[in-house]
Amino acid sequence: MALLDIKDLKVRFQTNDGVVNAVNGITLSLERGGALGIVGESGSGKSQLAFAVMGLLAKNGRATGSVTFDGQEILNAAPSVINRVRANKIGMIFQDPMTSLNSYMRVSDQMMEVLLHHKGMSKADAAKECIRMLDAVKIPDAAGRFRLYPHEFSGGMRQRVMIAMALLCKPDLLIADEPTTALDVTVQAQIMQLLGELRREFGMATILITHDLGVVAGFCDEVMVMYGGQVMEKSPVDPVFAAPSHPYTRGLLHALPRVDQEGEELASIPGAPPNMMRAPKGCPFAPRCEFEIERCTVELDPLTEFTPGRFRACNRKVEELA
Amino acid sequence: MTRPLLKVEDLRVTFHIRREGDMPWTKPRELHAVGGVNFELMPGETLGIVGESGCGKSTLARAIIQMVPASGKAVWEDGVDLLSLSPHQMLKYRSDIQMVFQDPLASLNPRMTVGQIISEPLVTHHPGLSKDEVKLRVKAMMDKVGLLPNQINRYPHEFSGGQCQRIGIARALIVEPKLLICDEPVSALDVSIQAQVINLLMKLQRELGLAMIFIAHDLSVVKHISDRVMVLYLGRTMEVATSGDLYSSPQHPYTQALLSAVPIPDPAAERAKHMIPLEGDLPSPLRPPSGCVFRTRCPRAEARCAADAPRLNPGDHQVACHFPGPLAETVKAMEEV
Repeated sequence: MALLDIKDLKVRFQTNDGVVNAVNGITLSLERGGALGIVGESGSGKSQLAFAVMGLLAKNGRATGSVTFDGQEILNAAPSVINRVRANKIGMIFQDPMTSLNSYMRVSDQMMEVLLHHKGMSKADAAKECIRMLDAVKIPDAAGRFRLYPHEFSGGMRQRVMIAMALLCKPDLLIADEPTTALDVTVQAQIMQLLGELRREFGMATILITHDLGVVAGFCDEVMVMYGGQVMEKSPVDPVFAAPSHPYTRGLLHALPRVDQEGEELASIPGAPPNMMRAPKGCPFAPRCEFEIERCTVELDPLTEFTPGRFRACNRKVEELA
Repeated sequence: MTRPLLKVEDLRVTFHIRREGDMPWTKPRELHAVGGVNFELMPGETLGIVGESGCGKSTLARAIIQMVPASGKAVWEDGVDLLSLSPHQMLKYRSDIQMVFQDPLASLNPRMTVGQIISEPLVTHHPGLSKDEVKLRVKAMMDKVGLLPNQINRYPHEFSGGQCQRIGIARALIVEPKLLICDEPVSALDVSIQAQVINLLMKLQRELGLAMIFIAHDLSVVKHISDRVMVLYLGRTMEVATSGDLYSSPQHPYTQALLSAVPIPDPAAERAKHMIPLEGDLPSPLRPPSGCVFRTRCPRAEARCAADAPRLNPGDHQVACHFPGPLAETVKAMEEV
């Protein structure tokens, strides 16, 4: 049985301007210990997908479909159910470590709260465990810094604190939402290396949400490319980069300048991301796609397996994308 | 030999920091944001400046146009030192040097229409122009940067991030500058939009013969757009070379570490590359290390590095390091430790 099973997940937001269709029918499953990368640009629905799984949607958001974790339905579950899963079974790391830590609380209090609440530990035991975890994420002089406030840490250190906090209950699944976007490349490399080590050590499954294809290449086994709240392509990592099967994935890869290659002009994708206010009809990428045919504005073939293990949603055949 | 458009000599920016609770007579502490940077920029050339946050790259650019006070020299092509000019004298040069900022929406006044935003520098620097002439030029410029001229009466919030950045570029180019300073112009944009803006900047540069100072933390973007690249660390220059040289054979351990940290969108290449991990964080610029500022995190540091600061060697490929060498040597030094 898969650890996480998502079936036909849809997320809608009711706003004053109308309904925003953030996520439009996502189906995926993740095995124990697996690492899935979810790639997409802003507005592709990748973060809302994670928030829906965690039951963290904004008040005006509504999720439909099904999310089972370890055989238990957790989508729109009662607080008593989801609170036992959150932090205990699923940990989450957010993009901006400064705004997601409470700036009025000492790091020690914020971290210990998790253990006191979920594990019912004594304060002394909790403190010991927290310091051990800060050591594990390689914060130098962890015991000395334990009682500091978040602003006394650098950006990279704060992200380490966040990771340590997410791992305190040894979750089976870690969802990392753009964990390195706010950081410098050197710090990003440190954090990604750390996440890789921790993943092997604790054997936890990881969902890495990012816009950076490079980070996915180094970390994940499988990648899912999202656009307009829909999955465009889903595949093991290596073949996606070697032979992307979807025009959007292909466009993304060509639009990326590379440090290890000489570049000519970048192949940019014309146009702008779709307006999510419109009800989804046809392929969301159609207006920007160079392989668009008439049918694309009306309907889109569902995600289908075209070679073993690889899925794509496109009206054109792979051979036609020359 | 053509004269350089801009010659920067020993540029220093020092901030005076007073801590809360300091007595009025306490001497403020000095923070050297930029500690003696030299470079030359030829007409039509693009100089990329890279480094981690807090390395002084934005401060350096702002110092050149007197947005922060600096010492040293920044000599313009006509021999005038820009840093010695009074604000009034500087006005003459402001139309020659324009800037594009990082956050496309925050750098545009939300209460002004696109037409007003783009025409403002034109009206300031050429007050004699007739209204029709201004409008004509604004529309021509909008067309050039890929905006529809009939959007002239819209407000910034009606545009996407990429389009706002185009407005910012149009505003900078309307006065026909010779030097365009771009401070992280694409870091707030999505990958597909980022490529559009980079291509636009490169196209405009070719057409108008602009020189550019391109500041970014994304090394792949800088490589793509720059002729030469300068690597900064704690306000000091570590390495300067042509973009090809710097990326194919970096000589400074810091440049090598920085390059090795860039994720490559190719799983095979990503697994094969040598990582040079940098331990710890950037030292505080209030108390920079003695000698070479990079020595505390350098895999090749020796006693000499703490004693005296290395200078940039002359030549085309300039390195400020006592033990420069190819990547293989740094990897070897790292493995011995």
